[in-house]
Amino acid sequence: MNHFQEYLQPKSIEEALNDLSSATGSVAVIAGGTDLLLELRQGRHPAIERLVDVSGIDSLRDVRVEGDHIYLGAGVTHKEIISNPLLGEHARCVVEGCGLIGGPQVRNVATIGGNVAHALPAGDGTISLLALDTEVQLATAEGTSWEPLIEIFRGPGEVNFDRKKVLIAGFRFRTKDEKEGSAFQRVMRPQGVAIAILNMAAWLKIGPDGEIERTRISCGPAGPKPFRAYQTEKFLAGKKWDDGVYQQAAEILGGEVSLRTSAHRATKEYRHKLLPVLLQKVIEKAIHRANL
Amino acid sequence: MKNLTFVVNEKEHTLEINPDEMLSDVLRYRLGLTGTKVSCGEAECGACTVLVDGDPILSCNYPAVKARGKHITTIEGLSEGEELHPLQEAFIKHGAVQCGFCTPGQIVTAAALLNEKPDPTDEDIEYALNDTLCRCGTYPMIINAIHAAADKINQGKLIEYPSFDFGGGHDVVGQVVPRPEAKEKVTGEAIYTDDISFPDMLYGATLRAGVPHGRVKTLDISKARELPGVQAVLTAEDIPGRLNHGLIIQDWPALVGVGQKVRYVGDAIAIVAADTQDIARQALDLIEVDIEPLPAVTDPVDAYKEDAPLVHESGNLLKHIKVNKGDIQKGFQEAEVVFEDTFYTPTYEHAFMEPECSIARVLEDGKVEVYVGSQIPYSDRDQVAEALGVPYHKVRVKGPLVGGGFGGKEDIVGQIHAALLANATGKPVKILYDRHESLLVHPKRHATQITVKLGLKKDGTLTAAQTELYGDTGAYASLGAKVMGRATTHSTGPYVVPNVKIDCYAMYTNNPPAGAFRGFGAFQAAFAIENMMDRVAEALDIDPIELRRKNALREGSITNTGQVLHDSVGLVECIDKTAQAVMKITAGEDPFLSRAVPGEPNKRRAWGFSVTFKNTGLGEGAPDNASAEIEILVDGRVETRISSAEIGQGLVTVLQQITAEELKLPLEQVNIYLSDTDLTPDGGPTTGSRQTYISGNAAKFAAITLRNKILSTLSEKYNLPPDEIILDKGLVHVNGRKLTFAEVRSLMKEEGHEPKLLYEYKSPETTPLGEPGDKHFAYSFAAQAVEVEVDLVTGEVRVVRAVGTTDVGKAINPLGLQGQTEGGLIMGIGHALTEEFIVEDGQVFTDYLSRYRMPSIHHVPDEIQVMIVEDPTSDGPYGGKGVGEISTMPVPPAIVNAIYNACGVRMNRIPVDQDWLAGEIAKEGR
Ligand SMILES: Cc1cc2nc3c(=O)[nH]c(=O)nc-3n(C[C@H](O)[C@H](O)[C@H](O)COP(=O)(O)OP(=O)(O)OC[C@H]3O[C@@H](n4cnc5c(N)ncnc54)[C@H](O)[C@@H]3O)c2cc1C
Ligand code: FES
Ligand code: FES
Repeated sequence: MNHFQEYLQPKSIEEALNDLSSATGSVAVIAGGTDLLLELRQGRHPAIERLVDVSGIDSLRDVRVEGDHIYLGAGVTHKEIISNPLLGEHARCVVEGCGLIGGPQVRNVATIGGNVAHALPAGDGTISLLALDTEVQLATAEGTSWEPLIEIFRGPGEVNFDRKKVLIAGFRFRTKDEKEGSAFQRVMRPQGVAIAILNMAAWLKIGPDGEIERTRISCGPAGPKPFRAYQTEKFLAGKKWDDGVYQQAAEILGGEVSLRTSAHRATKEYRHKLLPVLLQKVIEKAIHRANL
Repeated sequence: MKNLTFVVNEKEHTLEINPDEMLSDVLRYRLGLTGTKVSCGEAECGACTVLVDGDPILSCNYPAVKARGKHITTIEGLSEGEELHPLQEAFIKHGAVQCGFCTPGQIVTAAALLNEKPDPTDEDIEYALNDTLCRCGTYPMIINAIHAAADKINQGKLIEYPSFDFGGGHDVVGQVVPRPEAKEKVTGEAIYTDDISFPDMLYGATLRAGVPHGRVKTLDISKARELPGVQAVLTAEDIPGRLNHGLIIQDWPALVGVGQKVRYVGDAIAIVAADTQDIARQALDLIEVDIEPLPAVTDPVDAYKEDAPLVHESGNLLKHIKVNKGDIQKGFQEAEVVFEDTFYTPTYEHAFMEPECSIARVLEDGKVEVYVGSQIPYSDRDQVAEALGVPYHKVRVKGPLVGGGFGGKEDIVGQIHAALLANATGKPVKILYDRHESLLVHPKRHATQITVKLGLKKDGTLTAAQTELYGDTGAYASLGAKVMGRATTHSTGPYVVPNVKIDCYAMYTNNPPAGAFRGFGAFQAAFAIENMMDRVAEALDIDPIELRRKNALREGSITNTGQVLHDSVGLVECIDKTAQAVMKITAGEDPFLSRAVPGEPNKRRAWGFSVTFKNTGLGEGAPDNASAEIEILVDGRVETRISSAEIGQGLVTVLQQITAEELKLPLEQVNIYLSDTDLTPDGGPTTGSRQTYISGNAAKFAAITLRNKILSTLSEKYNLPPDEIILDKGLVHVNGRKLTFAEVRSLMKEEGHEPKLLYEYKSPETTPLGEPGDKHFAYSFAAQAVEVEVDLVTGEVRVVRAVGTTDVGKAINPLGLQGQTEGGLIMGIGHALTEEFIVEDGQVFTDYLSRYRMPSIHHVPDEIQVMIVEDPTSDGPYGGKGVGEISTMPVPPAIVNAIYNACGVRMNRIPVDQDWLAGEIAKEGR
C-alpha cells in the first residue's frame, strides 16, 4: 500500500548514483528486496518515495580473479555464490554462510551486497566475508574507493557511508593459498525468526609445523556491529590446535565479545555457551580444509 | 503507471502496472492465473513460487516491474494440454496433495530442482524445499513424489500408487484411490475463495482495536467516508440484526461500538469497502477512534482470582467442568505411591496455508450469497442471517475449496463483515485477510495449565487420578467450553482409573480467543498425563510401555466418565505393535536408555513413548447428525451432496468411495458436492474427527437407500425378485439386460419415483457429563514412539525416528489416512519443537509468519513408520472412526519423554526451549 512511488531500474552504477542523488524525497537502494521490501511492507520501515533497484546492473554481478584477489560484485545473489566454483575454491566460508540463507527462492534474488548493507550484526554473508579480511568497494559520483569491510558498520542496521550517495559496488579478498582454509557455522533457534542466535566464520593458514600460522575469526551478534575477534586471532597465531589451546582461545573469545540477551531469541548465557562450540567447529573444519 | 511486457507460460502480455504491485498480484488478479497462491505475503512460505527465466522466486515479494522482458512459468504452465507434468502426476498418486494450497508452490519449486538436478537425493530435496512450507505436513509424500517423478523423467518408469498393509477388504472402500480434486490442485485450477472475483467487486478492510481491553469512547468515520474510492464505512450502529455472534454462546460483537468494550487486540471497530484494497486500507488510517484502556487480564489462573478485571460482565469463568468417579479419597488411600506435577502448554496457531477470505454479494432476489472456505457452512449461514436480521433462507453460504483449517475455520471472521458491506453497497465485497491479520484475529489453541495427581499401587496399578485444568479461552467463548470439556475427560489418559476427580476452569482473558484446533483440548491433556506416566514409570522402576499396557483401556473397561467400552478398543494392540517395531529397530536393546552417537561426542539419542485416545464426534449429549442427498444425474453419474467441508482431510475421497462401494460404481461415476447451504443438506461441523463417521454414514445410508429404491423400482417393473437384480461396474443387470444409470434414472422417473432422496443420519445417542450413558460413540487410540537426538551442549533437539500405530476402526482411504497420520505427526513435532504463539500483556508478538515457525521439510524424521490397527466400531461406516486429530496428540509427550531419556532433563512445558534445555543439561552435569 504505497510503500513506495517509484521503482527505478538503472543499468549502470553511474545511472544508479544519479537516480539516488536526483531524488527529491526519500530514496533507497534495493537489490533482492528480501530485507528492505519486507520491512517496508510490514511497516517496520517508513515509506520511501523512490527505490533504486541495482539488481539489473551487470557490473555488480561479476565474480572474477583480479591478480591475487577475488572480486565479488555486490549484486551477486546467494544462489550465484553457492554455485560459483571460484568461490567454492577461494571462499568456502562465504559459500557456506550464504547457502544457509532462506530457500532457493530467496537465494535467487537476495544479494551479498544487500546482506552486508543491511548491516545486521549477524548477517550470515557479512560474517563470512569478514573472516576473509574482505575489503569493500564503495562507489560515489566521485569514483570508487576500497575500505576494509569491518569499517563500514556503525550500529545495528547502520553504516558509516551516506546511503543516498554511496553504493556498495563489490568486495575483494585474497585468493586461497596452499594450507589455507575457511569455514562457517551457526546455531538457530527453531522458534521465531530465521536469524542466527550466533554465527561464526574462521579463516586460517597452517604453518610448516602444523600450527595455526594466522587466523581470522568473525562472529555475530557479538555487539552492535559485525564482530572480528582480534584478540582470539592474535592468541591463536603460531599455536598448535589442541584441547588446551582450544580452552584458552574460547576463554579469550568469551572475554572480547559482548553478548546480550534478546527476548524470545536467546539469553546471554546461552550465547556464551555456544561460543566455544562454534569456535571448535569452525576452526577444526578450517584446519581440515587447509590440510586437504 | 508503467508498461510491463513479459511472457507468462509462453504467452506475451503487456499491462499497465503500478510500481509497487507485486508479481503475485499481477498474475492472480490481472491475468487470472490464480494457481499461484499467496499464503504469507512475507517471503516465508514458498506458496507463491513461480519461475523467472527458470529460477524459482517468491512472487509475493517480487515487484512486477522486475519481470519486464522475462519469461515467467507458473503452475498453469507446467502441464502441456491435458498431459500432466510428471511431478503433477506423482503428487496425485503419492498423496502429496492434501488441502492443496501449498501444492502449486511445492511443484514449481520441485520442477526447478529437477531441472537443475534430474536425480535428486533426499538431501537435495530437503535443501530445495527448505522454505516451501506445507501445514498439512505432507512432506514425506512430497519427497516420495519427487523421486517418482524423477524416475519417470529419467528412466521412463511408470508412476505407481504406493501400497499399504492396511485397508482393503472391499471393492473401493479400503483401496488406494486418488483424491477426486487432486488434479485441479496440482494444475492450479483449484478454486479457493480468493480465486473468485465478480465484476464491480469491492474490497473490504477492518479496523482492529489494537488494545487488549478498553472502552470505545469516540469513533469518527467521517474522514474515511470522504476518501475517494470508499463506498461504505460501517460501525456497530449499522448492524441491522444481532450484534453478537458465536458458535455456542453469542458473546462476540461483530463490531464494537461507542460505549462498548473491546476485549482483545483483534476486536473489530469499523469496516470499510472501497474500490481497491489499497484505498480500503488507507481509509482505515482515517478513522479516528478513542479507546480508553482498561486493566487487562491475560492469564487464565489470574482470571479466576477474586479481584481480576472482568472480561465479560457475567464473570471470567466460562465454565467449570467436573468429572467425578468412585471415591477420590479412598483412591488415594489405597495408593502406595502418589505423584503430582503441573504441566503447561502454550497457545498455538493453526497457520492454515490459506488465509481467511469471504466474499459476499446480494442477488437480485435480495438473497445474500457468501463465499467462504468454512468448516461449518450452516453455522456461518445462520450467524450471517442473524447479523443481517433476515431469515436463514435469505442467506446462502457456498464453500469453495479450503486451504487447511485444523479447527481454525469454524468461527466467524470476515463472513458477517462482507455481508454487511455487500448489503450496504449493493456490490460484491471481498474481505481477504493477510497473514498478519489472520494471526491476530482468529481463535487459537487454548493455552493450559494442567495439574495431575496420580495414586498407584507399587505394581503400577492406578488407583486414583485427580487433575485440575485451567484453559485460556481468550476474549470470547467460541468452542472454549467444549474444548476444555475434552481436555477434562482426556486428562486422565486412556487408562482404567477407578477413582477420579477432575476440575477444569475454562477462563475468559483479554488474549485472542481460543477455540477448536486439531486435538481439541485432548491434545493438551495428553501432554500432561503422558509426561506424568513416564515419571511414574521411572519412580516405580516399571517399563514405561508396561505401565501403560497394564492400565490401558480395553474392551469392557469403564472410562473416567463411567462409559463402558463395548467394542473397538485397539489400544493394547497399538501399544504392542509400536513396541515391537521399536524393539526391531533397536535390535532388542532397551530403547529408553541414552545412547551415544558415533562420531558426535556431544550428542545422545533415546526413544520416548506415549499413548493417547480421542473421541470421534461431538458427543456428551450434543446431537450429532448429518444429512446426505443422493441423486442419479441425467448423465448417469451419481451425486452425493452434503454441506460438510473438505479442508484437506480427504472427505471428498471418502464420500466418493462409499457411494461407489454401495452402488458398485466406478469412482469417476460418482460426484461429490459439498458446502452449499442451498443445495447440500446439513452435514454439521467439520470438527471432532467426525466427518468420516457421521457424513460417511449419511452417505452410506443414502446410497443404500437409493440402491433399495432402484431395486424395488426395477423389481416391480420387471417383476423380478430384487436379489436377481445386480449392480456391477456402473451398470444394473436385469433380466440379461445391462442398464446404465442414466437409463435407470429415466425408468425411475417413468415409474414415478424420484431418482433422488435425502437421508438423515442420526449418530448413536450420547449423554452429557454427570449423566449415565455413553459420552461418545467411538474413540480412536494411538501409541507413538519417537527417537530424538539431543545436543548436550547446545540443547538442540532433532526427531530421528517416529514409529506409531493408530486404531482407526477401518482404513477406508489408505492414502488419505497416511497423509493425515504423517501430517499430524509433523504438526506434533512442530508443537513440540518449533511453534509457540506468543502473547505479551494481550499483545501478539508472533504477528508475522516469520515469528511463528511451523515445521518445514527439515523437521521430517529420517524414518517414519505409520502402522494401523483396524478394530472396527459397530456403528461406524465399515467399522471406521475418526483419524484427523489423534495423530498430533501423542507426539509432544513422546518427544519430551525421549529427551528425558536421552539427557535426564524433565520438561513440564512445550515447546522445547533449547536455551533452557542446554542450561538444565549443564546443571545435571551430564
Ligand atoms: C525467508 C528469509 C530467510 C532469510 N534468511 C536469512 C539468513 O538465514 N541469514 C541472513 O543473514 N539473512 C537472511 N535473510 C535476509 C536477507 O535475505 C539477506 O540479508 C539478503 O542477503 C539481503 O539481500 P537483498 O539483496 O535482498 O537486500 P535488500 O533487501 O534489497 O536490501 C537490504 C539493504 O541493503 C541495501 N542495499 C542493497 N544492495 C546495496 C548496494 N549494492 N549498495 C548499498 N546498499 C545496498 C538496501 O538499501 C537495504 O538497506 C532472509 C530473508 C528471508 C526473506
Ligand atoms: S512466500 Fe510468498 S506467499 Fe508466502
Ligand atoms: S497440502 Fe500443503 S498446506 Fe495443505
